[in-house]
Amino acid sequence: MNNGATAVAPKKTGQGSRLLGLSKETLLDWFHDMLLVRRFEEKCAQLYGMGKIMGFCHLYNGQEAVSTGSIKGAINPDDYVITAYRDHGQAISKGVDPKAIMAELLGKHTGTTKGRGGSMHIFDAPTNFLGGHAIVGGHIPLAAGVAFAIKYRGEKKVCLCFMGDGATNIGEFHEALNLAALWKLPVIYIIENNRYGMGTAVQRASAIEDLYKKALAYDMRHDVVDGFNVLEVYKKVKAAVDHARATYEPSLLEIRTYRYRGHSMSDPIHGHYRTKEEVEEHKKYDPISVFADILRAEGIADDEWFDEEEKRVKKIVDECVEFAESSPEPPLDELYEVYK
Amino acid sequence: MPIVSLREALNQAMDEEMARDERVFLMGEEVAEYNGAYKVSQGLLAKWGPKRVLDTPIAEAGFAGLGIGAAMAGLRPIVEFMTWNFSLVAYDQLVNNAAKMYSMSGGHFHVPIVFRGPGGAAHGLAATHSQALEAIYAHIPGLKVVMPSTCQDAKGLLKTAIRDENPIIFIESEVMYGDKGEIPEGEYTIPLGVGEIKKEGKDVTLVSWSKILAHVVWKAVETLEAELGISIEVIDPRTIRPMDYDLIVESVKKTNRLLIVEEGWPFAGVGAQISYEITSRAFDYLDAPVERVTQEDVPLPYARNLEKYSLPNIDKIRQGVKKVLYID
Repeated sequence: MNNGATAVAPKKTGQGSRLLGLSKETLLDWFHDMLLVRRFEEKCAQLYGMGKIMGFCHLYNGQEAVSTGSIKGAINPDDYVITAYRDHGQAISKGVDPKAIMAELLGKHTGTTKGRGGSMHIFDAPTNFLGGHAIVGGHIPLAAGVAFAIKYRGEKKVCLCFMGDGATNIGEFHEALNLAALWKLPVIYIIENNRYGMGTAVQRASAIEDLYKKALAYDMRHDVVDGFNVLEVYKKVKAAVDHARATYEPSLLEIRTYRYRGHSMSDPIHGHYRTKEEVEEHKKYDPISVFADILRAEGIADDEWFDEEEKRVKKIVDECVEFAESSPEPPLDELYEVYK
Repeated sequence: MPIVSLREALNQAMDEEMARDERVFLMGEEVAEYNGAYKVSQGLLAKWGPKRVLDTPIAEAGFAGLGIGAAMAGLRPIVEFMTWNFSLVAYDQLVNNAAKMYSMSGGHFHVPIVFRGPGGAAHGLAATHSQALEAIYAHIPGLKVVMPSTCQDAKGLLKTAIRDENPIIFIESEVMYGDKGEIPEGEYTIPLGVGEIKKEGKDVTLVSWSKILAHVVWKAVETLEAELGISIEVIDPRTIRPMDYDLIVESVKKTNRLLIVEEGWPFAGVGAQISYEITSRAFDYLDAPVERVTQEDVPLPYARNLEKYSLPNIDKIRQGVKKVLYID
């Protein structure tokens, strides 16, 4: 991986073919998903600053193509998704109601987990969204277990498991990859390499910088993906998903991306570990702008549509806040719902 | 009633529940081809096949977490730890994922899973392999902790544990696997959270469980009743969490004295919790402060004499009984 400030620029491909045969409706739906996640997170930052969102709040700005391309794009609604604590965007892409997510962030009873989990622990059974896990690496074996259940029942579903680059150094990552490869479980492990585990650069934490190569130890299918282009993400995740459905075999994908905000809302955007210039340089390859340019160039959407889309998304986010603000706090007696 | 060993009782429980519910499967180190490090899973691979009886790598965090994920997705795993000492490398999975899932997910997901295996000291295994860890699991809301002392209880409780919708910590003992006992004919279960008066008595209530009850307390009771001319009521809570306090309170109302004998360490131990609860709920009935016999507050050593001295034994139980009875 490069140590400098250059991101992986989107490749130019032939006219039309770069849309991978996707329908206009699908492409616009994906753009909507990415923009909704971006504006939702910007609103979260604002509400956090106002003290309305508490605790740790990890925002997804800059990484939207990963969530949309893989979850909105490459899997079916009945497939499973499990992720770490930077989970709002992935929940939205999976179809979790953004109003319920915002209510959760405000600690309301109408939230995804009735005010129990907060930002880092979004869960939603109807959409098979399995969290929202805040102990780094702890959810990686769970994904193998979900895939085990899929195979045990003879289903053709898959489980997508997202993690940060920092999670690839902890034991549970390696134990889970070994089990998934050993038992041939239909799980796609996706490393969102945003180059820093909190403030520690990948090359300062991992003995190998090409994180996808960690799959070699487990003889696991693997690939590296341009995370700034939603179409590239879709294409490579879809290939891994198709492979898992056909063979039950897992994959490890390293998707190279970048986060614009600090590690969490409590952390600085830049400082000792990265420069302001580096952050600004990456914004030149902003995944939403990259996708918008493609859609414009291919005649899928024009400026008028993008303006209208901004308004539609703003209205949804405003409705989320209104819903969350007007929702009741959780009743005290629900505190004791510990055993089923 | 048929007489079986403890390992046979546990084996029957798993076998019957696998027959009853095809979502139930067993995994752990050496449970399949080796037939179990302590032969508790003897014959299960041959009967149920490799889909439902799986040998795992030595990776407790990995396979405990895999079990939790499978439970979230609708299966009912039994995960064997070769000993509970090894569960400590999976503690994150049990505490952060299994215990919290139902509450923290707002009821979206729950984890019906049994983690089972032997706990406590055997003989000469030294500090890392001789730990009675029930207190550190019972401390965690969201877990239930079950510790049978008889073959009958072991089978009935394990069947109930497998059917429970919550994560269960089921702690056995390697030195009890060969113990023989009667079990009822046919299908039966025993509810969690319900203790049993194993022997009625009138002068002292003695609460103990698992191996210490089976291998130490019974001999001590027989000796001390004869030696001191007293009668001891013996209560086995069978489940550490939830604890059947009501049963102990009722007994203390009769005997007015309480001694707890446990294998764990004293600091924040299970006995400390029982002592608080009974003192709080039956203070006016107590004629003496509640007493505890625990392991010495040290990592358990290897040498025969040190190990014997450190664990609860008849001399310590004698001292405890005499203290609550104000016998010099």
